[in-house]
This record gives sequence, structure tokens and C-alpha cells, in this order.
Amino acid sequence: MMSAMASAASPDHQTLPGAAAKPRNDTAFRWLCLGAVLAMMAALLGLVGSLVSGGWLALSHFGISFFTTSTWDPVADQYGAAAPIVGTLVTAFLALVLSLPVAVGVAVFLVEICPQGIARWLAIAVELLAGIPSIVYGMWGLFVLAPWFAANIQLPLMMAAQPGSWLESFISGVPNGANIFTASLILAVMILPYMAAILRELLMSVPSHMREAAYGLGCTQREVVVRIMLPYVQKSAIGAVMLGLGRALGETMAVTFIIGNSHNFPHSLFDSGSTISSTIANEFTEATGDMHLSALVALGLVLFMITFVTIALARLLLGRGGTK
Amino acid sequence: MMFKQIMIGAGLAVTLTGVANADSFTGAGSTFAAPIFTAWAQGYKSASNNEMNYQAIGSGGGIRQIEAKTVDFGATDKPLQLADLNKFGLSQFPTVVGGIVPIVNLPGVNPGQLHLTGDVLANIFLGRITRWNDPQITRINPGVKLIGLPVTVVHRSDGSGTTFVFTSYLSHKSQAWANTVGANDSVNWKTGLGGKGNDGVAAFVKQTPGSIGYVEYVYARKDKVTLALVQNAAGKFPQPNVGAFAAAAASAPWGKVPGNYIMLVDQPGQNAWPISGATFVLVPRNPANPGRTAAVLRFFDWAYKTGDKTAIALDYVPLPGPVKDLIRRQWSNEIKTGGRPVYNGK
Amino acid sequence: MTVTASKPANFDRRLHRRRKIYNYVFLALTGIATAIALIALALIMETLVVKGLAGMNIQVFTLSQPPPDMPGGLLNAIVGSLIMCAVGMVIALFIGILAGTWLAEYGDGTRLATVVRFLNDILISAPSILIGLFVYELLVRPFQGFSAAAGAVALALLAMPVATRATEDIMRLQPYALREAGMALGANRGLVIRSIIWRASTSGLMTGALLSFARISGETAPLLFTTLGNPFLSFRLNQPMAALPTTIFQFAMSAYDDWQRLAWAGALIIAVTVLTTNILGRALTRGSTQK
Repeated sequence: MMSAMASAASPDHQTLPGAAAKPRNDTAFRWLCLGAVLAMMAALLGLVGSLVSGGWLALSHFGISFFTTSTWDPVADQYGAAAPIVGTLVTAFLALVLSLPVAVGVAVFLVEICPQGIARWLAIAVELLAGIPSIVYGMWGLFVLAPWFAANIQLPLMMAAQPGSWLESFISGVPNGANIFTASLILAVMILPYMAAILRELLMSVPSHMREAAYGLGCTQREVVVRIMLPYVQKSAIGAVMLGLGRALGETMAVTFIIGNSHNFPHSLFDSGSTISSTIANEFTEATGDMHLSALVALGLVLFMITFVTIALARLLLGRGGTK
Repeated sequence: MMFKQIMIGAGLAVTLTGVANADSFTGAGSTFAAPIFTAWAQGYKSASNNEMNYQAIGSGGGIRQIEAKTVDFGATDKPLQLADLNKFGLSQFPTVVGGIVPIVNLPGVNPGQLHLTGDVLANIFLGRITRWNDPQITRINPGVKLIGLPVTVVHRSDGSGTTFVFTSYLSHKSQAWANTVGANDSVNWKTGLGGKGNDGVAAFVKQTPGSIGYVEYVYARKDKVTLALVQNAAGKFPQPNVGAFAAAAASAPWGKVPGNYIMLVDQPGQNAWPISGATFVLVPRNPANPGRTAAVLRFFDWAYKTGDKTAIALDYVPLPGPVKDLIRRQWSNEIKTGGRPVYNGK
Repeated sequence: MTVTASKPANFDRRLHRRRKIYNYVFLALTGIATAIALIALALIMETLVVKGLAGMNIQVFTLSQPPPDMPGGLLNAIVGSLIMCAVGMVIALFIGILAGTWLAEYGDGTRLATVVRFLNDILISAPSILIGLFVYELLVRPFQGFSAAAGAVALALLAMPVATRATEDIMRLQPYALREAGMALGANRGLVIRSIIWRASTSGLMTGALLSFARISGETAPLLFTTLGNPFLSFRLNQPMAALPTTIFQFAMSAYDDWQRLAWAGALIIAVTVLTTNILGRALTRGSTQK
């Protein structure tokens, strides 16, 4: 596929053996690549621009209280976004915590341990998870996971919790499985295949001489993976994590089905809440008031800022802006 | 290799765009009316070969899209006020009527057994009634076994014309509701959790003992959930069905309200279901493309003439005959191009 | 084995045993992780397959979407999704691969590349519903009409950053010796990239393309406000067109059993399509690179 594209882009393709390529060819290609980069940046700028201009009305009107209050009242045109903002952070973070170890485990298992013949099929199976439309996750969460979770985890836990204990305050809520924790669980399942697929691809790209050298020194598989392979792919692996996190932050349909969609500030892990994207998905199509619409777009802008900060932090922690 | 195939496929798609379909026009809005509009569109296509493309993006979306003129008509369960109609140069007319019913999950209580008044319903949704054995409920339900189960309120999470009709009813019946919450397609709920769509509400109610929600009648019928009866303006507790919605539509002040801003909640009439509403269609008064607006009106004229049976089969109530005539007159009076009606029955 | 030599050997053995135990625990954990992933897959697939197969019949592929309680299928939505995904993927891969190439080859080390890489990550995380909103303002509102072309552009915007990221990651991992070898043959840099690096990265690029396809194949939100939908079969890029995910969404939330059956059938179709693409992609890759 790529070779077809290469030959389409370059009529000089056949001249490689004769080494008769012209320097100008490279310049043109280089500008083409740069043009693609600039096109993408233009798209992002346009996106941010439309968010800023759309959300300006609400942001300028409510100021800082947009972020600190949690009254969301479309009738009185009062909007405070603290609850969805916290909901977004908590669900995305929980999903990442639940999902990342599993994703790393899957990738290592497929690359280092499992026989290659089986690994290929397992990899396809895991990637298949990524192909299921998010609405299926949502409906599965609503009709299968939530009732099961309520009956087998939430109720027993609530029965077992001492009244007034920290556990009770941690898990209080209506026992129907529609809460922040189950939403995180669904998100974790959704982002798992993305991260696992990329991590696997990265681990496979570790030069075999590095692994062989380590094994030659007598390293165990654990030591090769933990000391050699994971550090080697560390920087690119951040990309996999970012992809997962982005998916978790922005996922709408699946979360909307199961989080309970309450604009009140969540008091426990098993309380219903809302996220920024679920709020937008819920109300965007129906909002007619200018301020309501603007508040929803402003929420989108906040989501952008959250993403921005997360990625900036990740790069800062890794140092030197991600260049090798 | 695959790339080339994709390119060929895309090229094919582009060339096919040259193949013209028959006359087609687009509408968007109310999710509530989508099944009947889709059914009418199918019948209209068989009858006239014209394609009416209706998409359920929500009532608010329908209003916004017709204001932006990205569609040929908008459909909304929340009628626009005359001032807004004038501001955007729109004409508004009703199409079909339907009802919204409260559903409950109370062990030992049968469908239709629980009776509620508007005031009690408002207090439940305000979070002021927190147990099912509250005297306010037991007083109007003698003989119904109600235990002290905590009340869990389930509402729509997505903005919805259903919510607008339901909250309009509560505002109409309860001063406290009108003062603290009000009527809109999404409101600041005082308590409870939100389900996505009618299905989401029904699912949560089914999973949560002690819960109460509200759904469009079609969903209550389909899901075999326990529906509760609501007292109407005449003091009766009618069974919600097509007849009860028709009774609500029968006594509405059709043709007497400029702009057709007509709410069907709490209508008089012995058998009228109190939480009823109509879906309204919005078209431009001075269309930039008169041909397409004429096509819209021709479609609804056809639907008024031949679509009643389809509507009833899908649990919608068609408009009374005289109301349809009023609307046809409104079309020729209001929707004009160059001083002449865009559609005059042909 | 003498007594004097056993002391240090004994010490080593203990360390060795501990390392071995750690290793077994580690291996077991990765196995458990895989099992968890597969169980999750099995649970969701079970629901999807059982309900999807129940709604599957030949009419799903031969008829367009019906009104409630009438026979019908998803032909219009399948065709619409194919067209919009194809157009979207062409745009996304064209721009994404070139941009990724620039990041990996030309821009490496420059400040612009750092900024671009950063912004690309943000674009990946952009909620799809906001992409839809942006394209609505860009292509729908100014032209006063919903269109399949707008839908394809929205999908392209979603797939593009994924393709860029995957392209860059995979090209960076190609050993420098490959480039040197190409240069030594007298090829200029562009030619080396196109004829050697791209070819060596085919497998990774394929994964990137598949991931971006998977990302857009089930997307509902960006299509709602760009292509709108259409109950009739349409091939016109300048008119509203149906898409599988939006149709599924509409039908899944409806009150009619027929529509809900079609929704599950449609969801199964999307999942199977992605699976088939995956397997095909892998078969193609294996055939061409002999890894």
C-alpha cells in the first residue's frame, strides 16, 4: 500500500538503482511534507478558534465561577462546570490506572512469552475490541455491566460497610450500577486495545541484538522486559498512553449511558456524576439559548485545556520535549 | 495496493454524485416524531417518488438548523413563541400529538395502580417526597400497599422535548416547581440521576426499586414497565392511550393563538391525558428556495390527507380535521414568495 | 562439589532463585492481564454476536432503512459509511503520513517539530463531537446544507492525527543504517524515505492506518452535525448521507423491536468489518515484508 503511494508520488521511483535522482525532487517532497504539517496545524487552530469564539460569551459572563461552582441550570441560564470537570478528571484517571497495567501486560505477553503463531491471533482479538462501536460499549454497560455490578459488588459492599466509616462514604450511592466507577471501568475496557496494540508494535520494534545481548548476560525475561525493552520504547509509549487518555477524556456515548448524568458534585465513587463530553453530548443537540450553547462550547474548551496540561506535564516529566 | 483501490472507490463515488435522484428535501428535529415522519416519508416515496429525509437530532437542533437554513424544515416538541417566529421569519404548524407517562418500580404495585397528582409528582421530582409511604402519596392511594422505600428520581440526561412537556406540566401544576426549576428541554434537576434517552430512563427505572421516571408512551407500552396514572384537570385518572391523547388535543385552542404556541398539558375534558404535547413543524415564511418549501408543504398536505392510519398504528394522534384546514389556510396566508403563496394545494 | 566452593555458590543460588521467582510472578501477571483483556472481549462479543446475529438476514444488506414495523435493512447506511470512511481515510492518510514523515525525518530536532508533535497529541484527544461542531461551522453552515463531504472531512480530522502519530513513531524506529545504505546508493533523502523507510515501515504504517480506521468506523458524534443522515440510498457527496453508527444510534434508542434488532446487526457489521480489515491488513503485510 505504501509502495503504491510512493510510486504515485514519485515518478522517479524506478531510477533508484541508477542513482539519478535530482536534488529538486527532495525539495518538493520536503515541502509537501511540511505542507501536510501546516494543514494539520491550521485544522487545530480553526478548532481552537471556533471553541474560543463560541465559548467566549459564557466564559466572560461567568468568569472564574464557571470553574468553581456546580450549578447547571439551563432555565435560569446559570452555568458552573465544577462537577463535569471533576468527573472528567476522575473517570479518565481511574480508567488509565485500571487499564495501563493490563495493556502493558498484554503487550509483553504477546511479544515475549506467547508463541508467535498464537500471539498473532490474540493480537487480532484484542484489537477487535477497538473496532466495536462505542455505542455497543455503552449499551453493554447499561444492560449487562450495571445490573451485574449493582447486584454483585455495590450491594454487598454497602451491606458490609460500617455506618459512618470511611468505606461507607466512599461507596455510598443508589445501588443501580450507574456511577463514576462503572463509567471508568467501561472506559478502561475501551482504551485497553488502543494502548495494547501500540505498545505491542513498539515492543516488537526493539532491536533483537539488544534483547539477545541481555539474555546472553543471563537476564531473566522480566529483567529484559523491565530493564531493556520498556526503557527503550518509553518515549514512544507515552504516545500510546496519550492516545488512551485522549480517548478516555473525549469518549461520549459509552460514558453517557452509564455515568448517571447528574450535574451535582459527586460525593463518592459510586455516586452518579457527569463528564464534560457527556454533558456536551447530552445537551448540545437540544440547546437553543445562546448562553446555554456558549456554556457547552466553553466546556469543550476546558476539555482542551485539560488535555493540553496533561500532555505538557507528561512531556515535562520525560524531559527535553520528547525528542530522542 | 489498497490505496489505489480506495482511490478508485472514491473516484467512483464522486462520479456517481452526478446521478440525480428524484426531488428530495431535508428536515430535522424532534426525536419524538421521528418514527411517524419516517413512516410517512416511506409512504410518500412510494406514492410520489419524492424523498423526504427526516433526521432525529432533537427539537432544539431542529430549531437551530431551520434558523441557520441548513435544512428545509425543522420539527420541535417545544413550540416557538410568536416573537421568536417573527425574529427568524418562521411559520409554525402542528403535526401529531402524543403523551408522556410516569413509570415506577415499586415491588407489589401493578401497572396503572399507583395514582399521582401534579402536585405530588412535582414534590417527588423536587426531592421533597423521599419515601414511598409519604402521607401525600398514601392519601391518594388507599388500598395500595406502599412501603417506606426511598424514592429515586430518574430523568432524561439529554435535552429533550419530552422533558420540556413534562416540566411544563409540573410548572403548570406546582408553584414551587415553577419557581425553583421551571420548564425547559433540560433543567436543573434537584435530585436523581439521568438516563440517556427514553431507553436509558426505562432501563434505570427497571433496575432500581423505588425509582420513578417519565417516558414517551410508546416506550412505556413496549417495555412493560409499571406506569402510574396522573390526575387530569377534570379530577379523573384516565388510562394513557391514543384516545386520552386525542381528548387532550380535542379541547386545545387551535387557530386562536397567533403563531400556534399551543401547549396540551392539563387540558379540560373527562378523558384527557394531562401530560400531552404536539410536534410542530417550522418552515421559513419567505423561503430563499420556494421550490423546496413548497415540497415540504406538499408532503405534509399529503400526510394530513392519507397519513392518519399510519399515525394511529404507531400510537400517535392525528390532528382533528378542522385543525388541518386551519393549517392549510395558514400556509397560503403566511408562506409566500414575491407576494404569492409558495404552495396552494397543488 | 567441595565445601569451600559452596558458600559463594549458595549465595548465588538464592539470588538466582529469587530472580526466577520474580520472573515467574511477572510472567504470570502478563498472562493474567491477557486473560482479563480476553474475558472483557468475550463478554462484550457475546452480547454483540448473540444480539447481532438475531437481527441479521439478507435484507440487512439489500434494503434501505425502514419505518417502524416494516421490513428493511441497512443498505443506505452501509453504502454511506463506506463512501465517507473511504474519502475520509484517503484525506487522513495522505496528510497524516506526509506530516508524520516530516516529523520523523525533516523536522526532527527543530522547535517546530516539538510544537507540532505536542499539538498533534492534543488533536488526537479532541472530543469527536467538537470536531463535528468545527466542521459544521466550516462546511455546513456557510453552504447552507448538510453533506456527505462534510462528514468525510470530520472523519478525516479524527483519523489524521492518529495516522501522523503512528507514522512518526514507526519511522523513527527504523535503524539509521537503512538510511545510510540508501544514501550510499546515491539516492536523495526524499527517495530514501519513500523507497526504503516507508517500505520498511509498511507493517507499522498498516497498523496506524487500521487504528485510525477503527477510530472513525464507529464514530457517531462528528457525523450527526455534518452528514446528518438519510433514510434513502444516496451516492451524492453534496447531499446528506446515512452512516452506520448514526443509524445504529437512532435505532438502538428507539421503541421498536425491529429497529433495535437492526441496530445490533449494524453494530456487528462494524465490528466484523474492522476485524476483517485487521486480518487482511496483516495478511498483506506478511506477504510483502516476509517478517
